[in-house]
Formats: sequence, C-alpha cells, structure tokens
Amino acid sequence: MAEFILETKNLGISFGGLKAAQDVNIRIKKNQIYGLIGPNGAGKTTIFNLLTGVYKPTTGTFYLDGEELCGLGQEKINHKGIARTFQNIRLFNNMTVIRNVMVALHNQPEYKCSALQSIFRLPRHFKTEKAMQEKAKELLRIFDLEEEQGNLACNLPYGKQRKLEIARALATNPKLLLLDEPAAGMNPHETEDLVKTILFIRDHFDMTILLIEHDMKFVAGLCDQLTVLNFGTVLAEGDTKTALNDPEVIKAYIGG
Amino acid sequence: MMKKLSNIHWNHYLNYIVIGLFTLIFGSLSLGGMYLNSSLLFLMEKIAISIILAVSLSIVVGFLGELSLGHAGFMCVGAYLGGKVATLLEPSIGNSPFNLLISLIVGGAVAAVCGVIIGIPALRLRGDYLAIVTLAFGEIVKSLFQNSSDESFGGALGLDTPRYDKQYLFIWAFALVLITLAVVQNFIRSKHGRAVTAIRDNEIAARSSGINVTKYKLLAFTISAFFAGIAGVLYSFSNYTVQSAKFGYNYSIEILVMVVLGGMGSINGSIIAAALITFLNTKLATILTGDLAVLQNLFYAIILIAIIIYNNAPSLKNFRNRFNFGVLYRKLIKRNADPTNIGDDKAKWDVVPTKIEMNEVLSTDLNPSDNYIKGKGGDK
Repeated sequence: MAEFILETKNLGISFGGLKAAQDVNIRIKKNQIYGLIGPNGAGKTTIFNLLTGVYKPTTGTFYLDGEELCGLGQEKINHKGIARTFQNIRLFNNMTVIRNVMVALHNQPEYKCSALQSIFRLPRHFKTEKAMQEKAKELLRIFDLEEEQGNLACNLPYGKQRKLEIARALATNPKLLLLDEPAAGMNPHETEDLVKTILFIRDHFDMTILLIEHDMKFVAGLCDQLTVLNFGTVLAEGDTKTALNDPEVIKAYIGG
Repeated sequence: MMKKLSNIHWNHYLNYIVIGLFTLIFGSLSLGGMYLNSSLLFLMEKIAISIILAVSLSIVVGFLGELSLGHAGFMCVGAYLGGKVATLLEPSIGNSPFNLLISLIVGGAVAAVCGVIIGIPALRLRGDYLAIVTLAFGEIVKSLFQNSSDESFGGALGLDTPRYDKQYLFIWAFALVLITLAVVQNFIRSKHGRAVTAIRDNEIAARSSGINVTKYKLLAFTISAFFAGIAGVLYSFSNYTVQSAKFGYNYSIEILVMVVLGGMGSINGSIIAAALITFLNTKLATILTGDLAVLQNLFYAIILIAIIIYNNAPSLKNFRNRFNFGVLYRKLIKRNADPTNIGDDKAKWDVVPTKIEMNEVLSTDLNPSDNYIKGKGGDK
C-alpha cells in the first residue's frame, strides 16, 4: 500500500501551442476529500480527463496506489480503480435507473459471465443477473433512489440524476472517485444534502475523493486539502484554509 | 410452482410463442400431407428471411446506435457462399438436411468474418461516415460476385442452388427465425446487451464505466452479420438461384426501413414491420401488373409515409395514444409491477438514439424543432 492513493508527477498536456495543464503535482492520501479549484478555463476538467485516460498526457505521469496508470485506455483505468462523474451529466438516458447501475457493475470479477453463457442461458447467467440486480438495488437504496429504479434515467429530477451518476461511478468499485462540479445547478438545500452524501460515501465506502467545485462554501466545508489551478499551472496548494487565503488565489478569483 | 409460473414475464416470450405456434400449425399441416400453395410457401419464406434480416440489423441500428447501410452485403456473402457449398456437397450427400445445415453454418460464418472486417472501421468512424463505409462494403461485395467467373460463382448469370422441397423449407425458415430471435434476445437481455445499449446512449460514459467499447461494437457487428448471412443462405435455397443485382443498396435501405418503422430498439416492432412490408411488397407486385406495375413503388412509398406520420407527427399524439397496441396490451395483461424486468431498453421513436438522425435518412423530417426539444434539453 503506497503512501498516497493518487500521485501525479509533473502532469501536463498541450493542445498545439496551448498548455492546458503543466507541471501539476497532486498527492492525495487515502480517505481524503481533496478539492481542485480555479477560475473558469484553469484546466481542472483537463486534469480529470488526463486522470481517466480521455487524454494522454504530453508530459509527466500519475500513479494510483503506487501503480503507474499513465497511457492506459479509459476502460482499463476504470478497471484499475478510478471512477468519475461528469460536469454535464452523462447518464444512459434511455435505460432504467437500475440498469444504469448494473452497466457499471459489468467488470467486477464476481459478475463474470461470457456472452455465450448468456446466449445459451446457462445457470451462470441467471446467477450473475440476480447478483447484479441485488447489488444495484443495494447501491440505489444507499442513495435513496430505490423507488426510482424502474424509471428512465432521463426522467429523473436534476438532483437525483447527479446522485445516480455518483452511484454508477461507485458501482465500478473504485479506489478513487473523481467528482466534476457535483453541486453545479443545485439549490442550497440540495447542496447540503450532497455534502452529507459525499461525507457518507467517504466513511461508508472508505473512499478517497477528488472533486472540482466552484461553490467556495461547499469546498471550504468539505475538502481537507486543495490545489488551486490558474491557466493550467498550480497557483497554490495545501490545507483548505491556507490555500483559500493565499493572496495569489484571491487575486486570481477577484482580479486586481 | 404456481408462483414460479406467475413470475415469468410472458411478454418476453410472446414472440416465440406466436411464431412457434404459427410454425407448428403450418408445419404439421404441410407434413400431414395437406398441399400448400407454392406462392403462399414462397411468401412465408420471404417473410421469414425479412424477419431474420430485420432482427439482426436491429442489433446494430436499434441497440448499438450505429447506422449500417450494408446489411444486404452480408446477406449477399451468405447467399453465395452457402449456395456454393450446397452445390459442391450435392453430389456426395444430396439434398439432405445435413447439407442445408452445413451451408447455413458456412454462409453465416463467412458473413460474420465480414462483420468483423466492417466492425473495425466502425470503431473509428461514426454516424454518416460509418454509413458510407457500410454502403461501400455492400456495393463492393455485390460487384465482386457479379464479376466472378462462371465456374466459381456464376458471374452475371447467377448461381443455381440445389432445389429443396418447399413444403419442408419453410419449416426450416421459421425454425431459423426462432433461433435468431432466441440468440438476439438472449444477447440483448443480458449484461452484454446492456453494455451495447449503454454505448448507444453515451459512449463516453460507457467507457468511463469500464465498458470495453471495442469489444462490444465488434461483437454487435459480428452477430448482426452472422444472421444476415443465415438469411442469405435461406434466400439462396428459397429462390433456387442467387443473382447479385438483388443485393444493391436499395435492399439494405428496405431492411433499415423495417427496423426504423418497427421502432428503434424494439425487436417485436422489427418483426411486425418486416412481415408487413414483405407482405405488402409481394401483394402489390401481384395486384399491380402490366402497365400498372410502375405504381408499385408509389403505393409502397405512400404507405411508408403514412406509417411514419402516424408514428411521429406531434399532432396525431392523442389519436395515437388512444389506438396504441402497446398501451392496450399493457392494460390487457396488467404488467407485473417489478420494474427491473420491463423488457428491452426501448428507445422512444421520437427521441431517436442513433448517432445520425433517422429523419434525414428517410427524408421525412416532420418537425425537427419539436424533435430536438423532446430529445435533448427538454426535460432538464
């Protein structure tokens, strides 16, 4: 077991001449809630895309629990233990809520069942289907979505769609959960609910969480440590309190 | 025991039961010595072939959400290869069911290999571009067989196949429909089918949920091509001769129309649409003969447009809800409340989940702005 769950080393990517991110070093300890903040266009989502394999970094590398994952494809990185949610919700809209979660259970070794086993309806198929349904129901129960299980994902209210996306990410049994602006578009009541949910996830699943957020109250109340990005470079890092009071950070946000 | 029976979702098996009963009744009539009109038998074979084609295409179009315009190409490969194998085997084992079986397997397998070959660009291309590649594939296959030598595949004259007794062949055809349905439905209603549907709904999210998109796209194309090949072999026996001109892109579009009319991602819809369109085509061809033959396509087009308007027009929504078979059916059987078992992940007609707008393909764009609202931002 490595000291840090996630460790990035000089991670950077440039699109043509634009350096979207450079020399980003983030270290996250197990069970931490770590914030990644910065003004619009600072490269936060780019970092997420690098960590999940959507982009391949041009410089640097990153390690999950001591294992180098840089260069692997998206699904491989997911198997290794990084799951994410998206800034603009990406659910399987034409599928039911429970199936959204069941899709994400696909790769767990305990639900292994080959296509031929399914086509010939061998006992293995029924066993895994049943087990997957139960596991999915259990996850939905945790997120208070059990009554919605038969509805199409696109018919859920916004707050529940966010929750479903988190439930789906957790179904892949990750070591590290990346949340991209989880509180965006939520009212104060929903945000408060979300804070409780995230704390619950950390304790119940023993999860490490890296999140991007613009709501400073949310960040200050939730994160143990922060990295502040601006124009693709690290502006400040450290404890939430010190990072937020850094004069450079205040300047980047307020201007001047 | 009784409880177990009531737990079975009969609507999952309804299509097997209907087609199975149909086959049983007509099969026993035929085997019992009753003479069935050869044109009726021919029609039944044609319907069976269409159903296999539509159901197999619906995996790629309805569930994977990719547009394939080359389905007739896979069928062509199956028809020629299956027909050739049967001709080669005829001197040694004659017109036995064994011969039929071997040619079916060979035809299906070679078509499946072509499916893998076409599946590879499908991993990099999407939407219109993939449609063009598949279209080109169909045309290439067609002209390859057209220009083959007389000894190999008969060239422009076509390939003659062994003659099987029609009284038996249609039973084979419907048995194959049942097998196709079983394989396709079992695949779709499993974790693998869910993975395919997830790719349709959101490829990026599917990847980040750990779905191996490469594997499932290839798998969907392969299964789809395999059954198109099977349908091709059946066609070669049913028709006594295979001519490549039949497998042009018009035919691919016709199969696509069956899938689209039946409702994307609805297997039962595809079956009904395939049977209806084939029946309609054949009947129009027999009714309108001589000078009136030019009207065939006109009537066909009018009926298609009428169905599309009925299915899609917003102004007909109330009317549609009152006379909707789905709603009536649900009322009739009072569907079991367990929501985890609500059939397939059917995409709604007006949401159009494929990566290319079906309306453009069929050029009956009725109300695009309305479509947009329903499909995308509307419910947020």
